[in-house]
Amino acid sequence: MTAEAATPHRSPLAQQMGRFRRNRLAMASVVVLVLIVLACFLGPMAFPFTGEDADFDYISAPIDFSSPHLFGTDDFGRDLLVRVLEGGQVSLTIGFVGALVAGVIGVIYGAVAGYVGGRIDGLMMRMVEVLYGFPYVFLVILLNILFGGGNFALFLAIIFTLWLTPAVIVRAQAQTLARREFVEAARAGGMTGTKIVVQHIVPNTASLVIVYGSLLVPEVILSESFLSFLGIGIKEPQASWGNLIQAGTAQLETDPRLLLLPGTLLAVVLFSLNFIADGLRDAFDPNER
Amino acid sequence: MLRFILRRLWDGGLTLAALVTLTFFVMRAAPGGPFSKTRKLSAEVLANIERSFHLDEPLWQQFARYVWGLLRFDLGPSMRFRDYSVTDILMSGLPYSLTIGFWAVAVAAVVGIALGVAGALRRNGWTDALAGTVGVAGIAVPIFVIGPLAQLVFALKLGWLPVGGWNDGWRSLVLPVLVLALPNIAYISRLTRSAMIETLRENYVRTARAKGIGARAVIWRHAMTGALLPVIAYLGPATAAIITGSILIETIFAVPGIGRHFVDAALARDYPLVMGVTITYGGFLIVFNILTDVLRGWLDPRLRNDR
Repeated sequence: MTAEAATPHRSPLAQQMGRFRRNRLAMASVVVLVLIVLACFLGPMAFPFTGEDADFDYISAPIDFSSPHLFGTDDFGRDLLVRVLEGGQVSLTIGFVGALVAGVIGVIYGAVAGYVGGRIDGLMMRMVEVLYGFPYVFLVILLNILFGGGNFALFLAIIFTLWLTPAVIVRAQAQTLARREFVEAARAGGMTGTKIVVQHIVPNTASLVIVYGSLLVPEVILSESFLSFLGIGIKEPQASWGNLIQAGTAQLETDPRLLLLPGTLLAVVLFSLNFIADGLRDAFDPNER
Repeated sequence: MLRFILRRLWDGGLTLAALVTLTFFVMRAAPGGPFSKTRKLSAEVLANIERSFHLDEPLWQQFARYVWGLLRFDLGPSMRFRDYSVTDILMSGLPYSLTIGFWAVAVAAVVGIALGVAGALRRNGWTDALAGTVGVAGIAVPIFVIGPLAQLVFALKLGWLPVGGWNDGWRSLVLPVLVLALPNIAYISRLTRSAMIETLRENYVRTARAKGIGARAVIWRHAMTGALLPVIAYLGPATAAIITGSILIETIFAVPGIGRHFVDAALARDYPLVMGVTITYGGFLIVFNILTDVLRGWLDPRLRNDR
């Protein structure tokens, strides 16, 4: 802290990022996560086959680093490693894009409700409360079925259920911001409500949003794999971590490798994301613990 | 207090009404119907079956009929399990779901609070490190990875416990309950730890100490009440969610509860059964939310006059 106080021209954001960078666990998690993302998106290109190609010479092949299939194949002769990496593409994309979209919806909704206040705020938050009262898992399953199943339906259903928490958090922040002098000054200067929300309210909730947004990513990934595990989300032959784990469970006794590879990767990603979220919270939380 | 409870009951009723309406129309709007996947039926037979379930009526009429049934506690017949009413199915499945849910909540609360308090009292000691590890693992490793792994180790390799099912008395309960409790142990121990650390810094705790009350009494009688508030706030909705979360547990451990019914019924478009399970879970969620608020108000005088 003293070193930071001595250097006068550092913005709060730079200080916070500096604090985050000094958190070894969080930084290690960032490295691990980046490596896994790169592996998932670039890795499959290194193989001459895709995860949906069946190799009839190697059916249910075990782990063998000298064969073309490093981690063996499943009972259709599909390369396990490539399938797990391709499944990672799906899970990670849904995770990050889903968290981003849910976060943006939540931030805008919360900022508007908190800034406008009064009746409209009451009504908007009442709606959030009602939605909060819904059993989450059921809602995701129902919405997923309503949108006709498939990847996009899954995506919509997850977003629909996860924007609530950011909305509530941002609204509380926006409420206090709306009473601050600089917002009043902006209003007196003739800025429209929309402009104030976009230029003053939303940017001032940024640190909150980063902290809670980082928690959304593992939540979305978990939802996706949960649904795919139950057979509602992403369906065979397309791979996702959820349905790979499900397939592995079925052959648990004969071949635990089918469960362990996707399961481990999912767990590592969730570990990293949680450590990153913790690190961000410690770095951004003004009353440090 | 009474006014507060009545208000919350009214809110809960609204939520439940919204839930019933939404679920009803979402299910009907979803593509496919309850009889579109069964054996090919002749048009005449299909029309007869649909008429017997009133599926030929306009949607608003079906909705009115359903709501009227609900008001008389009649959830209607299942469309997939012939000759069973939704109430029969729920009543046969609920005992399993509730047993697992109850024990999981109990284990999670006891172990989670114990780990959290231990961690807060000896920060950075070995119990704290243990609690931290359990905490992160419980949150990061999903149930559907831990569950099968536990089956592999404790049932298939060591043979201590059954893989699943419900035929082994308490022994078939152990794995599902522990696996379901684990993530909640994680959350609860984290919450307890930070709340306890914060409470120990409060003025009233310092006052109690200054009066010469022993460390143990201060912790158990004074600090504990404060530290438990956020835990209770979490436990209320979590208790309802733990029963909901058992969809996975019931799938993994082949427990004949109602969670799995929901997924199957939703996929088979068994409208009344989906509605029945949703209403049951929604009801649980609302009741536990209200209980939580009442309990918090009772423990924390600051919250009592809030509304």
